[in-house]
Amino acid sequence: MSELTRPWTAARTANAVRNREISAETVASNALEVIKRVNPLVNAFTEVTSERALLEARCVDTALAAGHDLPLAGVPFAVKNLYDVAGQTTLAGSRINRDAPAATADGHLVSKLKASGAILTGCLNMGEYAYDFTGENSHDGTCKNPHDLTRMTGGSSSGSASAAASGMVPVTLGSDTNGSIRVPASFCGLFGLKPTFGRLSRAGTFPFVANLDHLGPLTRSAEDLALVYDVLQGLDPADPWQASRTTQPTLPELPKGPDGLRMAVAGGFFRQMGEPEAFDAVDLVARALGISEEIDIPEAARARAAAYVITTAESSTLLLDKIRSRPQDFDPDTRDRFISGTMVPAVWLQQAHRFRSWFRDMMREIFKSVDILLAPATPFHALKSGTRTMTLNGQEMLARPNIGLFTQPISFIGLPVATVPVWLDGAALPIGVQVIAPAWREDLALRVAHHLQEMGTVQAPVADL
Amino acid sequence: MTQKFDPKAYVAAMAPVIGLTIEDAWRPVVEANIAATEKAAALVMEFPLEDTVQPAPVFQA
Repeated sequence: MSELTRPWTAARTANAVRNREISAETVASNALEVIKRVNPLVNAFTEVTSERALLEARCVDTALAAGHDLPLAGVPFAVKNLYDVAGQTTLAGSRINRDAPAATADGHLVSKLKASGAILTGCLNMGEYAYDFTGENSHDGTCKNPHDLTRMTGGSSSGSASAAASGMVPVTLGSDTNGSIRVPASFCGLFGLKPTFGRLSRAGTFPFVANLDHLGPLTRSAEDLALVYDVLQGLDPADPWQASRTTQPTLPELPKGPDGLRMAVAGGFFRQMGEPEAFDAVDLVARALGISEEIDIPEAARARAAAYVITTAESSTLLLDKIRSRPQDFDPDTRDRFISGTMVPAVWLQQAHRFRSWFRDMMREIFKSVDILLAPATPFHALKSGTRTMTLNGQEMLARPNIGLFTQPISFIGLPVATVPVWLDGAALPIGVQVIAPAWREDLALRVAHHLQEMGTVQAPVADL
Repeated sequence: MTQKFDPKAYVAAMAPVIGLTIEDAWRPVVEANIAATEKAAALVMEFPLEDTVQPAPVFQA
């Protein structure tokens, strides 16, 4: 019985609940049963909020009976454990934060989803303090890829990807500083949206890098991304980093597809350091969209380097007290990076910020002649858990820092990206393609993503677990 | 600057400035990390920028 609703998207679930074909309470208890069975296999949840889920579901059923309309009625969701959830301690993947008091209120985006009728089912595993591309965590254990349990989920939104790909919930929230939504979406075969920097309120989440942090959803359909993203939009005075932009609904835009859009493949840096599957996936999407043009993106390697410097310096400053007083309580894989990040000279950091302005202006020029750019989301399929080094183009390198090779230059300047999941012929694993739009044009990326799913070029099946 | 960067000496000098405890077992990885950061920073530092290119802070008083 609980399996009936497992493959449902958020749109399908909300439709069924709003039409009273199934109650929100039934959907919620189904989800909780699936979580109970599947979560021990993948280790995605660090907390399951069963009581709250059933209570919220009954409230939704009552509200619908009273004539209220809720766009996400009865849609189960879960959040990366850096989002505040009332009554839960916000772990941010760490051991140290366990000593902090429980959050007294939900984070802004959690409360937005709740107000739209969605049902919170719990908090999700993540790389410590979000400084991770693998999904490994020494405190909560490794989060596993539902499509192959021996492989990485990608990180740092590891549980967010694992929970959605395994069909425990149709919607999760993650965060993306250098690729932490797009990388796990690629490794686990999901749709992921990293909106424009400053678009969604970050109030009520544990920060990582104030200058680069983005929040966004992971789902199994492009339509769900739009449905959820539209609910998440809106001004919040509690977030001083949020841009003062009015809400721009994307769901009504989806039927337009790629009509009239000028599209190209990102060249240069984005065609170099990767396994064949990364470029085959981009080529497959490009062919489906009739794209033949390739545009070079100058200085992308430098953009990535600058993002690296800003990330290590600013995150380490934020955690300075903790890294000084309790270094032994960090995950060994992040600790030594945070220690080194405290030593970054001001000139390196400031120059990286100045280069960010230069790179943004250069990309604005490129987007005068194009509306959509395609690039790989990761340089390869999900790696085996525990992989330390890899060889790309005959060059041996550390695996961890290079998983986000293609995502970092894009989030560096805050461009909106919808990641779409490709299953190449005969491939046992998915791989993602970034559909990149100009700043503040999430609608364009989502139109293309939806069209690709409608054509069957990209898809996000529930893993067989 | 970049040719002479010595991560071992840099970490030894900076640790007391920042007030860090670095156990011997961690030290080689910390040094490898700051060496990687220096490499990334060198790419940024060698890129010529006009004096008018400013960072883009969001702070508003």
